[in-house]
Amino acid sequence: MQVMELLAVAVVILLFFMILKQFGLWEPLSLDDSSDGGLELYVVRHQPEGLEELQSQTQFSRKELQSLYRGFKNECPSGLVDEETFKSIYSQFFPQGDASTYAHFLFKAFDTNRSGSIRFEDFVIWLSVLLRGSVTEKLRWAFNLYDINKDGLITREEMMAIMKSIYDLMGRYTSPSLREDVSREHVDRFFQKMDRNGDGVVTMEEFIEACQKDEEIMSSMQLFDNVI
Amino acid sequence: MAAGVAAWLPFARAAAIGWMPVANLPMPVAPTDKNKCQDELIVLNVSGRRFQTWRNTLDRYPDTLLGSSEKEFFFNEETREYFFDRDPDVFRSILNFYRTGKLHYPRYECITAYDEELAFFGIIPEIISDCCYEEYKDRKRENAERLMDDLEDSKDSKLPNMTFRETMWRAFENPHTSTMALVFYYVTGFFIAISVITNVVETVPCGSTPNQRDIPCGERYTVAFFCMDTACVMIFTVEYLMRLFAAPSRYRFMRSVMSIIDVVAILPYYIGLVMTNNEDVSGAFVTLRVFRVFRIFKFSRHSQGLRILGYTLKSCASELGFLLFSLTMAIIIFATVMFYAEKGSASSKFTSIPASFWYTIVTMTTLGYGDMVPKTIAGKIFGSICSLSGVLVIALPVPVIVSNFSRIYHQNQRADKRKAQKVQKARLARMRISKTGSSNAFLHSKRNGMLNQALELTQLPYRMKISDQSSTGEKRHLNKTTSIIESQHHHLLHCLEKTTNHEFVDEQLFEQSYLESGLQTFPSRSPSLSSREGITGTCCSRRAKKSSPPPNATHTHTLTHPHKHNLQELSAIHIQCGEQQTLNTSRSSLNMMQDESASLNCKSSSQVTTAIISIPTPPTNNSPCSPETPTNPPSNSSAGVVKVSAL
Repeated sequence: MQVMELLAVAVVILLFFMILKQFGLWEPLSLDDSSDGGLELYVVRHQPEGLEELQSQTQFSRKELQSLYRGFKNECPSGLVDEETFKSIYSQFFPQGDASTYAHFLFKAFDTNRSGSIRFEDFVIWLSVLLRGSVTEKLRWAFNLYDINKDGLITREEMMAIMKSIYDLMGRYTSPSLREDVSREHVDRFFQKMDRNGDGVVTMEEFIEACQKDEEIMSSMQLFDNVI
Repeated sequence: MAAGVAAWLPFARAAAIGWMPVANLPMPVAPTDKNKCQDELIVLNVSGRRFQTWRNTLDRYPDTLLGSSEKEFFFNEETREYFFDRDPDVFRSILNFYRTGKLHYPRYECITAYDEELAFFGIIPEIISDCCYEEYKDRKRENAERLMDDLEDSKDSKLPNMTFRETMWRAFENPHTSTMALVFYYVTGFFIAISVITNVVETVPCGSTPNQRDIPCGERYTVAFFCMDTACVMIFTVEYLMRLFAAPSRYRFMRSVMSIIDVVAILPYYIGLVMTNNEDVSGAFVTLRVFRVFRIFKFSRHSQGLRILGYTLKSCASELGFLLFSLTMAIIIFATVMFYAEKGSASSKFTSIPASFWYTIVTMTTLGYGDMVPKTIAGKIFGSICSLSGVLVIALPVPVIVSNFSRIYHQNQRADKRKAQKVQKARLARMRISKTGSSNAFLHSKRNGMLNQALELTQLPYRMKISDQSSTGEKRHLNKTTSIIESQHHHLLHCLEKTTNHEFVDEQLFEQSYLESGLQTFPSRSPSLSSREGITGTCCSRRAKKSSPPPNATHTHTLTHPHKHNLQELSAIHIQCGEQQTLNTSRSSLNMMQDESASLNCKSSSQVTTAIISIPTPPTNNSPCSPETPTNPPSNSSAGVVKVSAL
């Protein structure tokens, strides 16, 4: 049949071209990414500043910095913590829950220059603030954490997100079991306490003022002072 | 919790400051780190080779020899180092375990030597990381089987007091046991051969009588062949009946493959005896004789290789199935194409698609009989493509089958697929255990009231320091086994509980309470309810004294009993690695293990002695903890508050 012969010839031509391509003699419409080779990975490495500068920037002693760095380097040999590593490290402390959201907020709070990774200097400076700083500094840091979009105001939605992420850390198996609206209630209580003028947002001043009035909060801020 | 991550614990605790402003309840007190002396290097001298490491590194795993005070027994006063008279090469892997958190199994080591070293240093083999675990398990299994083979060989000597039936069965299964068995073995083999040869020779044309064409020998010498056949069949029948008599489980024997082969081999003869005279069925009778060729399969009892081949084919069933399927697809495709290609040419043999199947099969398997040949150009082109692709399709699964055969042949018929499934299941179980291990550790420590113990806990007594006040032996024992990192981690989780006003619960308990209470959420009632039924006894009386049993203990439940009992059963020697839920792989739960053995008669879960339990609904954010104290054991909370301010 005529048609079949045409078909057969077409198949032969197709095979011919396939063989040509194998020999690299003819590239139809090839986009030029394959020639560069795929091995694009470059390992980012970061070495921290010297001990003296870090000592001056933070309130840790030399020995403390040394032991901190040893632990840091053990876990992150490249000297940088990216968000995924940070999430995985943080999740190990909360085996029952889902730590990824809260870790994400933490990471955003720590990564001040939005570089996408935390260096040892950032790590140790924040640690110094949190552990050796004044209560006001700590409160400022907490405010910064809650203020997700860093506009200076904590809105209800931001607080809901933060609260939900904290409750996510608990996981499923809790007693009493977590209801749906438990975080909303918590947020309501928070706003009741913090929002002085009732405008639905909490500013830095309102926040610090309200916390300073609350002895419980003030005392719990000092809780971790002896961690290192 | 992995050891390396312990370095990040200060960071996580610092980040907990983010919970403080939103917390409902006051925070618990942080465990103090009394022994804040600087980290020091210690020297470990293993048979002359000196290893040095930080003391903190060893403290990561407090339930091993090096991490606990047990190493003090090996301390050498003059040289101020710890001396171990063990293999330094294996010690390298063991020390690396402390450093990196992963235990590796070096391939060049003997498996028993490695096991002994692990046992000495108190490390259980289940912790071996994934990269080396398969190798370790394989070697261990090989070793065990070798030992078992030796055992079997020695067991093969004559056992006294076997019944006649058992002796016969053993003789049938292992012909080498006695001379009679051997004789029987060779006689049956001989007769199988005779029978097969007879069947073959029967059909060969013998010399021709002058008036007729060649007739096969079977028809010429009918009587002789008939006698041969009868003799063979009688021998086979007797053998089958004897096996049937001797079999320990006759039902299982009758279902086995070999016995079916036996039956099929001898049945045609008897059927032939029964229906000789009927002409109609003589055709069928002749066909039945085909089954006599199955006698050749009886040789598989005599040949190990045949059995292996059969087993290989069985185990490669999936590859064979794939081969068959792909061949079928290709045959249909090419047959269709060839049919339509050759339709035009005159006197074409490709009369229909099924007729082209024969051509396709012959071509794809590269046989090429030449009885059907394409004549048109299109047909020739497609025919050549067909033969090329046939080579590929058939060549692909064949190496898999070959390698399977060689593997089975070398490993001598072990059930590999079953083994692979078990390993995978065990591996999944291990991973799950390590994940739940750390959360369980927290719950257990809660139940044991370790959180308040943190106040009095001193750092691991490096030099067997006697803690002066309220030091009983058992308390010191308890102190020893809770590392400071553990207590800090638990404190962190406790802070989270306080922030959210919910508590962590064991998975089983959660399911149970969820089922029981339905959707009823009366958090104010449930703790006290559970405390009513849950108080089955306090753990260590000392703890009960310090904290009067709180009325609202949390979920102490009898359900946890089996769980705890399992923990209890584990001896202090960690080698005894049970199977699933013995929490072997998690280090923090290893910690717990030691706890259980320390607090010896701990029958049930004790109450949570943490002072401030969930007073749920009234929002007491602003007010300090004073309204809550009356309902709580006063000693703990007041002690706690005092300590905090002292800090």
